[in-house]
Amino acid sequence: MEELLSLAVRAIFVENMALAFFLGMCTFLAVSKKIATAIGLGISVIVVQSITVPANNLILTYLLAPGALSWAGFPDVDLTFLGLISYIGVIAAMVQILEMILDKYFPPLYNALGVFLPLITVNCAILGGSLFMVERDYNLAESTVYGLSSGFGWALAITAMAGVREKLKYSDIPDGLQGLGITFISAGLMAMAFMSFSGVNL
Amino acid sequence: MAQTYRTMLVDPMVDNNPITLQVLGICSALAVTSSLKVALVMTIAVTVVTAFSSMFISILRSQIPSSIRIIVQMIIIASLVIVVDQILRAFAYEISRTLSVFVGLIITNCIVMGRAEAFAMKNPPFASFVDGIGNGLGYGLILMLVGFVRELFGSGSLFGITILETTNNGGWYVPNGLLLLPPSAFFVIGLLIWAFRSWKPEQVEEREYKIQTVEAH
Repeated sequence: MEELLSLAVRAIFVENMALAFFLGMCTFLAVSKKIATAIGLGISVIVVQSITVPANNLILTYLLAPGALSWAGFPDVDLTFLGLISYIGVIAAMVQILEMILDKYFPPLYNALGVFLPLITVNCAILGGSLFMVERDYNLAESTVYGLSSGFGWALAITAMAGVREKLKYSDIPDGLQGLGITFISAGLMAMAFMSFSGVNL
Repeated sequence: MAQTYRTMLVDPMVDNNPITLQVLGICSALAVTSSLKVALVMTIAVTVVTAFSSMFISILRSQIPSSIRIIVQMIIIASLVIVVDQILRAFAYEISRTLSVFVGLIITNCIVMGRAEAFAMKNPPFASFVDGIGNGLGYGLILMLVGFVRELFGSGSLFGITILETTNNGGWYVPNGLLLLPPSAFFVIGLLIWAFRSWKPEQVEEREYKIQTVEAH
């Protein structure tokens, strides 16, 4: 239990998806102009991330890992090279299913998230989460916690960024830095602030 | 026609750069630039994937039903990335370890998808191939510039060859450790964008709020 808690803290603060690994940067920079939209996107990332990471973990353990197909009578088969294509397939399918479920049962939430859901398929934070799960050999419990907390960390970062940018638009910025440039620099400052979490261990 | 192929190749490097102007493919641009060697491998990988995926998608463009085109594009891109990943593992294992998940993340690199969607779906195969190479190189250009700054001033070397002798080895240069840490990539790219836009003022973004200056009476 303690280990899982420390994993969660690490995934949220120390190894923040957006600010330490730069994952999901395209969306991070594009959709962080308003706090409300940033929160909407953040929530959808949390949801998708906490579904896809454990799902991909199951696929890895029971279908792709060396010897995983022994239940089907193929003990020597190693399908790990199919990893990338299966993970992205799972992510695309999950996003699609989630979209349909939300549309049917939770229309208000669907309308709020609507535009962001399809975007999430190509958000590197989602695929990155699954790939880190593979690389670090997380088991099912760990990957569930990791999925949830890394998604939360990303949401936290984009919301904070949106807060900064809402204030930033009133300031006097040199012409060349306008827009993208200053956003990069403020993201850099935020990343430095997040670095002060490193070494935090529970 | 040769002229247009040339513009297709050169245009994305400066005038329409995928990173500084189109804001695509930034994730990997930041993460893999702490040394030039890794940045170079990443550039080649992305260029190859973008060029070939654009070509294949362009070949298939009239067969792909538009409702499922995203998933078809994804599969083509993912297959190419798997090939690149396996080649790297076989011939450059060390670099493939350093790049870790970022090779896999080429799949979701928006440059690849963006070019497939914006260019390859409407243009013939060879043109798409050239466009893919151009955008890959435009991305690589920024990557190499950032990598150059970070490696030279962060560890005093280029491609692992010592240029500025660091104090640890008895030289005179005190390396700037900040440049090896993730946040520095943001600063370097931010400043690069500033430089690019001062050079090409037409790329400057409009202000959302004009600051009124008080006229002297």
